[in-house]
Amino acid sequence: MIIDINFVGLIITSIMASAVPLILASCGELITERSGVLNLGVEGMMIIGAISGFALMTVTGSLFIAVFGAMLAGVLISTIFAFLTQTLITNHVATGLALTIFGIGISAMIGKNFVGIPGKEFPVLFNSLKDTIPFLSPILFGHSIVFYFAFALPFFTNYFLKKTKIGLIVRAVGDSPESASNQGINVRLVRYACILYGGAMCGLAGAYLSMIYTPQWIENMTGGRGWIALALVVFSTWNPIKILIGAMIFGGLTIIQFHMQAMGVRIPVQFLTALPYIVTIVVLVVISRDSRKIRLSTPSSLGKSFYKDN
Amino acid sequence: MHKIFTRSLVSSLVFLFTLTVSAVAKDVKAAFVYIGPTGDHGWTYQHDVGRKAVEAAGYETTYVEGVPESADAERVLRQLANSGHDVIFTTSFGYMNPTNKVAKEFPNVKFEHATGYKREHPNVSTYAARFYEGRAILGTIAGSMTKSNVIGYVASFPIPEVIRGINSFTLAAQKVNPNIKTKIVWAFTWYDPGKESEAAKALIDQGADIIAQHTDSTAIVQIAEKAGVYAFGQASDMDKFAPKAVLTSVENNWGPYYVERVKAVANGTWSQKDTWHGIGDGMVVISDLDSAIPSDLQKKVKKLQSDLASGKVHAFTGPIYDQKGNMMVAEGKTADDGMLAGMMTYVKGVEGDIPK
Repeated sequence: MIIDINFVGLIITSIMASAVPLILASCGELITERSGVLNLGVEGMMIIGAISGFALMTVTGSLFIAVFGAMLAGVLISTIFAFLTQTLITNHVATGLALTIFGIGISAMIGKNFVGIPGKEFPVLFNSLKDTIPFLSPILFGHSIVFYFAFALPFFTNYFLKKTKIGLIVRAVGDSPESASNQGINVRLVRYACILYGGAMCGLAGAYLSMIYTPQWIENMTGGRGWIALALVVFSTWNPIKILIGAMIFGGLTIIQFHMQAMGVRIPVQFLTALPYIVTIVVLVVISRDSRKIRLSTPSSLGKSFYKDN
Repeated sequence: MHKIFTRSLVSSLVFLFTLTVSAVAKDVKAAFVYIGPTGDHGWTYQHDVGRKAVEAAGYETTYVEGVPESADAERVLRQLANSGHDVIFTTSFGYMNPTNKVAKEFPNVKFEHATGYKREHPNVSTYAARFYEGRAILGTIAGSMTKSNVIGYVASFPIPEVIRGINSFTLAAQKVNPNIKTKIVWAFTWYDPGKESEAAKALIDQGADIIAQHTDSTAIVQIAEKAGVYAFGQASDMDKFAPKAVLTSVENNWGPYYVERVKAVANGTWSQKDTWHGIGDGMVVISDLDSAIPSDLQKKVKKLQSDLASGKVHAFTGPIYDQKGNMMVAEGKTADDGMLAGMMTYVKGVEGDIPK
């Protein structure tokens, strides 16, 4: 078959749409991890965001309340994590895993009453420009505000970490909490803030799934995207711009596979499902071979509890 | 003489009355095991509608939803059998082995397994619906209404039930429009709205202007509505999820069968059976046809529906060839149930291969 340029544009658009929740959750988690906290509860926070967004939209009818409510729900659930790991100094890994299990369970419980209800149409921007330029217009126009926000976020995150004072503080806390503390930085406060921000972004990622991507509530609808987002942070070597690229690759796998099927090309589905994790392991192996690269890219105190505070 | 006759009549009536009273009074409890949530508006939802019909007929029912087709299923079945249920309906193909295994341990409990073929013990019955009859109707509509001559089909798993549906759909579509192509995408899930919509989107991007589905969620019809193409509802009437896109739905109507079987348990007349009912018996129901379907096509579809119901027309009538051009069903013959039950080859006109 002849592949025309518009068709490629459509595929890229689908891939971008599927990358949105990954970008949001990964950029949030990246800030959390840059402050030295490893929160494995991404999947749990996303699913809480998904049910909160959908439930609020159904009950209040307001998309605005729903989106912000979902972010707030992400903040609230991540507060539990922050309190446990920062105030009670529990283990990051165990607490994060518990958060995911808790989130999946409680979302299913709340969600019982929202199964099978059709979602609302989410408004899209620049829809009138959708047919103006071949190839480019479907990519650029006719998407939700969350879509545009997600594609701007990695650049903001990059600017924030590299060019702003607060960004520098976050990195300092993540690399050497002791020195930061000696400089008069409230390490615990910074980490609290970074965890809560991560929660908000994961909540938004969940809301995108239940309100925009497939507007309905289904139990366990995040379907492992939280884990892919976590893998993505490692894959990107804690670099927001690389998250953008990684999210397109990871998010695009199923879409490319479906397109290949429709064209009559067969690849084993199981292999593609495993691919994001395989690629992440390869990246880990590559960066861990070079101690300089580890020091440059990994937040040194990642996952370690910080006891001392002033 | 007259007196004696009256007396015997009265006593026999009393006897009969006590019999019926005892039959009704015997508390028959029916249990249902579901693969998905009852609110999926597809497969499980329709089974639950059937369960409610049993409840309305005056029997106590319970259900367990979201039971995985694994060792969990066995545990759930054992627990239901232990807690005084007289008949257990297991409503997914993957419960086949667990059902037979647990049935052996509880010979006094009746088991009814949907869409399976194993009846290893006298207390196991199987039942299924001839959904392919409904798919022949969808194929007729799709073949007549497509403009791009490309019809998309989101499939779940490569099992005979699904292959049979694809074939029936394609044969019917070819009959009204020899130029159509059916593009199949396997989602390898029964229920994952995210994946189902990505599959549907891929098909629409590749030129399909009508999407058929053999997965259970409403995501595909919603995607079709957004993209401005047509689609068909699966298992239940999905019109309210996509009023413009949904042309009609094939509904699974289990209620009458469930009531009949639970009554049989109550009356003590239950016996092992293999049931395969279609449009004629009311197990497969076609929802209202959308006004977007032109009236002459509506008439044609209604005619086909009644012909399928009466048995005048069979969805698999020869000559049918496979993809390589080998004859599957000879001219004037129809495929028998054995062939249908084990159908694992595409008919001519379906694109691609069946994944292994």
